Amino acid sequence: MLEVTKLGKSFSGFVAVGDVSFTVETQQIAAVIGPNGAGKSTLFNLITGHLPPDSGSVVLDGRDITGIQPHKICGLGLGRSFQRTNIFPRLTVFENVQAAYLVHRGRGRDFWSRAESFYRDETAVLLASIGLQGRESTVAGTLSYGNQKQLELGLALASDPALLLLDEPTAGMSASETHDTIALIEKIASERALTLLFTEHDMEVVFQIAQKIAVLHQGRLIADGDPAEVRADPEVRRVYLGEH
Amino acid sequence: MKNLAARVPWTLVVFLLALTIPWLGGRYYTFLATQIVIYALFALSLNLLLGVTGLVSFGHVAYFGIGAYFCGILMKTLGVPFFIAFPAAGLGTGLFALVFGYFCVRLTKIYFAMLTLAFSQIVWAICFKWNDVTGGDQGLPDVPFPDLHWIASLPGFSHFRIGDQFYFLALVLVMLCVAALRRLQSSPFGRVLTTIRENRERAAFVGVNVRRYELAAFTVAGIFAGFSGALFGIFNRGVFADYVFWSKSADVMIMTILGGMNHFWGPAVGAAVLTILNQQITSYTEYWPFVLGTILVLLLFVFPGGIMGALDAGWTRLRHRRSNA
Repeated sequence: MLEVTKLGKSFSGFVAVGDVSFTVETQQIAAVIGPNGAGKSTLFNLITGHLPPDSGSVVLDGRDITGIQPHKICGLGLGRSFQRTNIFPRLTVFENVQAAYLVHRGRGRDFWSRAESFYRDETAVLLASIGLQGRESTVAGTLSYGNQKQLELGLALASDPALLLLDEPTAGMSASETHDTIALIEKIASERALTLLFTEHDMEVVFQIAQKIAVLHQGRLIADGDPAEVRADPEVRRVYLGEH
Repeated sequence: MKNLAARVPWTLVVFLLALTIPWLGGRYYTFLATQIVIYALFALSLNLLLGVTGLVSFGHVAYFGIGAYFCGILMKTLGVPFFIAFPAAGLGTGLFALVFGYFCVRLTKIYFAMLTLAFSQIVWAICFKWNDVTGGDQGLPDVPFPDLHWIASLPGFSHFRIGDQFYFLALVLVMLCVAALRRLQSSPFGRVLTTIRENRERAAFVGVNVRRYELAAFTVAGIFAGFSGALFGIFNRGVFADYVFWSKSADVMIMTILGGMNHFWGPAVGAAVLTILNQQITSYTEYWPFVLGTILVLLLFVFPGGIMGALDAGWTRLRHRRSNA
């Protein structure tokens, strides 16, 4: 589903991501972990076109998407959420998701119809599936942090992605919010047969749901395998799991 | 109550109220109303960029000026009748906006603003110097009035002078433009523009081709600014280079912010208030810029949502109080 080959990016001499290769199989749940500054977000930005890579390639479903613009990548079935919550704060919850549908279904060029009448049912169904039913007319920026994260997931899902990239989906959440969010993500991934690639700092979450884990350290990939392999890897234990 | 307010066809109500001005007031009020109507369209066109798409253009006057020259040159130099010159001015201006905008939307934030300003100064310099076409610093005086004698033959309109007749024409044309702008802003296209204002990065990653939508908004805003400029040239019986001077971009931005850029009618209200205040206060004091500055400071600190924002907040508070009582 996703094939990253020898991807590299430096910022004025500092290697943020160096020579990283890994693959994610269709319907797999994969995680990228690593300490702060390991290059996880840069790696995501390289995959989704927010940053042009210096070297290497990204192939989505057999198609080379290296360095093409984010809105095109989005149209090819890759959805993402951001580490800092990224929604349309002054639109309502309903308008947020509906706007994503309008764009994805190619309605954006229609300058004469009334926007509010489109995709009402789809939006309602999606909002219910992410647990935001009843909040339709709330202004998105006034939602609680956890609800905003849910809404952002909704924005990503409205474009019907096959592969979903989630950058720290539980960052800043309490233990119970984290638990609910992970349950929600798992449920949606299986309902929609999604392939999932996420970064996460909470090791418990990672080892609970990931079928495959890639470990980044100082921009390099130091391990890549199933959770048991990664847990047993001496290098990972040394630099990351805090054992000497 | 809110549903009631939403169901009123405001465009029609505003139109009908504005239509009565030549009957109620004298020539002075009709003159003032004509100016307000034209500036209202100019400010509303800017707000498609400023309030809807979140693009701060410091050079919007360029398209007002191009529209004025386009229409003036067609009517005076080439003798083209108004009903052809007016739409041609709008479309011609749109073409300029499309070309300038192509470069502007490649930049963001302050760089975008600076480039729009730069283009507007280039337009001003050309208008000021190209004597053969624009009349240079002498401008294009005596742009002919459109032939409006037919208005006098309508029942009840026979006693109106040419100034009143032009007001009716300007009002009808501006209201058609306003209705189109309103429709545009509540369309799916308008909704996509608001997502760019709210969050460009996220908009791109729900699949919006941000630059292309920004260019479309820039062009449409240019077309409507061109329409307002075309009317302004005829209203003033001539087109002059200071129509394109950059300080006018600031004037229209002040109108938009004063009225409230988060509300559809805000810029029109701002245009009305600023025009009336300007007329009233300059008759008492020569320190109009001082008064204007004070108003702006008060506004930004006390009512950041502009006049319409303040009215909205007051209305909501009133309803709360009533429902609590």
